[in-house]
Amino acid sequence: MKAFSYERARTPAEAAAAVAGTPGAKFIAGGTNLLDLMKLEIETPAHLVDVNGLDLDTIAETGDGGLRIGALVRNTDLAADPRVRRDYAVLARAVLAGASGQLRNRATTAGNLLQRTRCPYFYDTDQACNKRHPGSGCAALGGFSRHNAILGVSDACIATYPGDMAVALSVLDASVETVRPDGQTRTIPIGELHRLPGTTPQIEHTLQTGELIAAVVLPKPAGGRQVYRKVRDRSSYAFALVSVAAVVQRDGSGRIALGGVAHKPWRVDAADAALPRGAKAVSAALLDGARTTPDNAFKKPLAERTIAAVLVDARRPA
Amino acid sequence: MKFDKPATTNPIDQGKIVGKPTDRIDGPLKTTGTAPYAYERHDVVPDQAYGYIVGAGIAKGRIDLLDDSAARKAPGVLAVVTAKNAGKLGKGNFNTARLLGGPEIEHYHQAIALVVAETFEQARAAAQTIRVDYVRSKGAYDLARAKDSAVMPTGKNEKDTAVGDFAAAFERAPVQFDATYGTPDESHAMMEPHASIAAWDGDKLTVWTSNQMIAWGVGDMAATLGIPKGNVRLISPYIGGGFGGKLFLRADVLLAALGARAAKRPVKVALQRPLMINNTTHRPATIQRVRLGATRDGKLTAIAHESWSGDLPGGGPEVAVQQTRLLYAGENRVTRLRLATLDLPEGNAMRAPGEAPGLMVLEAAMDEMAEKLGIDPVEFRILNDTQVDPEKPGRPFSQRRLVECLRTGAERFGWSKRNAAPGKVRDGRWLVGMGMAAAFRNNLLTKSGARVRLGGNGIVTVETDMTDIGTGTYTIIAQTAAEMMGVPLDRVVVRLGDSAFPVSAGSGGQWGANNSTSGVYAACVKLREAVAQKLGLDAGTAEFADGQVIAGERRSALAQAAKDGELVAEDAIEYGELDKRYQQSTFGAHFCEVGVDAHTGEIRVRRMLAVCAAGRILNPKSARSQVIGAMTMGVGAALMEDLVVDKRLGFFVNHDLASYEVPVHADIPHQDVIFLDETDPISSPMKAKGVGELGICGVGAAVANAVYNATGFRVRHYPITLDKLLDHLPTVG
Repeated sequence: MKAFSYERARTPAEAAAAVAGTPGAKFIAGGTNLLDLMKLEIETPAHLVDVNGLDLDTIAETGDGGLRIGALVRNTDLAADPRVRRDYAVLARAVLAGASGQLRNRATTAGNLLQRTRCPYFYDTDQACNKRHPGSGCAALGGFSRHNAILGVSDACIATYPGDMAVALSVLDASVETVRPDGQTRTIPIGELHRLPGTTPQIEHTLQTGELIAAVVLPKPAGGRQVYRKVRDRSSYAFALVSVAAVVQRDGSGRIALGGVAHKPWRVDAADAALPRGAKAVSAALLDGARTTPDNAFKKPLAERTIAAVLVDARRPA
Repeated sequence: MKFDKPATTNPIDQGKIVGKPTDRIDGPLKTTGTAPYAYERHDVVPDQAYGYIVGAGIAKGRIDLLDDSAARKAPGVLAVVTAKNAGKLGKGNFNTARLLGGPEIEHYHQAIALVVAETFEQARAAAQTIRVDYVRSKGAYDLARAKDSAVMPTGKNEKDTAVGDFAAAFERAPVQFDATYGTPDESHAMMEPHASIAAWDGDKLTVWTSNQMIAWGVGDMAATLGIPKGNVRLISPYIGGGFGGKLFLRADVLLAALGARAAKRPVKVALQRPLMINNTTHRPATIQRVRLGATRDGKLTAIAHESWSGDLPGGGPEVAVQQTRLLYAGENRVTRLRLATLDLPEGNAMRAPGEAPGLMVLEAAMDEMAEKLGIDPVEFRILNDTQVDPEKPGRPFSQRRLVECLRTGAERFGWSKRNAAPGKVRDGRWLVGMGMAAAFRNNLLTKSGARVRLGGNGIVTVETDMTDIGTGTYTIIAQTAAEMMGVPLDRVVVRLGDSAFPVSAGSGGQWGANNSTSGVYAACVKLREAVAQKLGLDAGTAEFADGQVIAGERRSALAQAAKDGELVAEDAIEYGELDKRYQQSTFGAHFCEVGVDAHTGEIRVRRMLAVCAAGRILNPKSARSQVIGAMTMGVGAALMEDLVVDKRLGFFVNHDLASYEVPVHADIPHQDVIFLDETDPISSPMKAKGVGELGICGVGAAVANAVYNATGFRVRHYPITLDKLLDHLPTVG
């Protein structure tokens, strides 16, 4: 770990300005991902701005019937909130499918959104990784890639976005509210927060330097049957091989997204549109353009089967 | 004490304390976080500095340039140790590669430098400034590709065996089975990393470490440093998991000692988690071929088991065929081990080495053969039971109640409800299957010593360099001494894991319990004699009970014998030739029910049962804990544990506990363990045997057989992960 300086911010704008104004600065909230990466010197921030003291840890109802989830709401509290459990069940289920109780107690909503890939070559500083060390190459290509991405991949990077929560937020049409260093705020649709790797896999999201996530906003409840299905090798404490989040209405319409298959939660308009036509059509739309390695080719049939199972489940009479 | 005749009735047979389910005497220390583990021993020596290891970033080649100039100047740094400045180092008996590499690199994450600093953070930060240029050499990393170059290993019990004429018998057999299986490299993945504190006092070295085999560690430390054994003291009273990974001297101990010498201060070193997997030992992968020939009514006539594994030059094979020499009858039999050179980190013992991966294959093959024959898998095994060593029919087993284990297990598990036709049982989205396997592991006998003291306060203190690796050794040793000396358990103090104490069997190969308690038994027999003599009683007839010594009409308080001063007795158990005349093994049967998600192929164990016949069970409570832990490890081996080799770059890629998956609580459902009531007087005066590793032997195959029964598809390459099943599952919908 490199030595770093540290400060506690008092307001979101002050935090944003502090990060923007200090070279190599980063925000720290729960630290469940960042600290591990710092110990391995995968992350080497020169300065940390601690946002834990900001007044961003509540869940409030919005004027149009939705919820505004503060950036610092801990995962445990988010999943336990009765409004979330009642009206946004896919979100509660996704959060509880991730990490462990101890980690969820510490991890925050915004931190969860911005967690970094678990590609083993990213985690091994003796290996080539364009995300960790741009231009060094991608050791995962041609290496052990069982967990890596099959959609939206590039020749520079086949890492996945590892989270569960964001996959649920994706089908809930959530958006992210940010505060910029100049104090201005903006709203980013969840689908536009994470980027595909392209030739710059080190740039993972569309936030500007110093831009701080203040809240995640959920629109009014979508209703329908809400399912989060996470497939993994062991029952708990493992990242998704494939996950499916779905909100399915009685008339068969709805929204669906995949986790564990791309550099971001994977939602495709055509797949939503295909929902009334059934699992095959949905899978075809979601998995269009999939590019697999011998290690992760199974993710395609696994995704197809999981989508089919989720839709059977979502359409079963209550 | 020489044990060369079967045991007769002795004080252990009273069974007042030995054999009773007993809480761990070290339990409160562990559950309150006050048991001192090696890295936490801040109190044992002042002024401890911190060491941080740098592991090699290539698998094979040499260091062209190692630039530690920035590290040496970094804040708080006291010393940087590399092969260049460490002085001449030897190599221990139990090490294959050198513990400090450079300039030659033998495997990935081989230690190449240690940075010593005032704080851990300073040492780590400085270590990360060390820049190394390597020249890579071509290495061999793929067992399948190296298989044809493999040769017969030269070690004891590693040579080819042959009885009868396998080829002819197999050719003639009306029912034949021939298949090849694979087991992956696996990691011990214990919670506590290898960790040590080293301190020099002149030329005398003391290390507080985490090690299963104290005397081996002392010997290899002395050999590596080139100093007399008498100058090395090794202390390891608590161990946070070993599983074979801490049988040996490893880089943490050596580098702590070298760092302490360089910094002229005590130094502590723990292997950081990413280093544990490539820096230390692992269970080697195997490719195994099994051929079975049988009559139509299910009698095995021909058995061949071959296994290929790889290791660094000078290393050894995974002895995966051992059990096949002894488990089933059959007149014509062959076993073969072949060893290839691989440039991966060195292989060595892990959780029932040999039998664990060997039975994962043999017992899956037996399941496949049973189906081919149309015979129930339990009955097929019973049909081929043997009461003698099949290679030497004049040599009986000392005890062999495999059939009883199988029958008891089948009845208790409800085996009769199993549908022999695979893929037919459905419970909602789950395909449900049952599987079973026989369990087998040898009972290894080795000399073990102890010292026993009787204090004037009546306290009995046992000292031995035996270790407790979380298995319950403290407790069974206390039980043994309490039973022998006729005192309650709370009057016994047990001190373990110190090379200042008599050399014991140590912990490994499930030999610890039987041998170490037998050593304590021997020392207690001597102490009883000393007590009787002191009290003027006849040692031959004196009874020790309730803190009293009673001989005929005379009785005296035990403590009375030490009123003029402590009585001390020391002895060791040593074994004669009984294990030549009798084959000594432990037996069991594992039963398992799994559910396979018909949609996703996810496999979840629903319930498990083990039935064990392993001599006297000294403490049924800790023995049960051992067996359910071993069963859990068996589930891991069957379903998820897999050190993935990057075959281009030559290392285990998933080198942390997030990516090397072992079962979590949610993976392990109800587990039952039954111990058959048994004593084995051929084994030792304790009439006990090992049981810990028996608990893993066969579990993997039982799970695999259940998955087959659930799905109708046989996966022969472990671990059985969902991707291998997907194409063989029913259509969703």
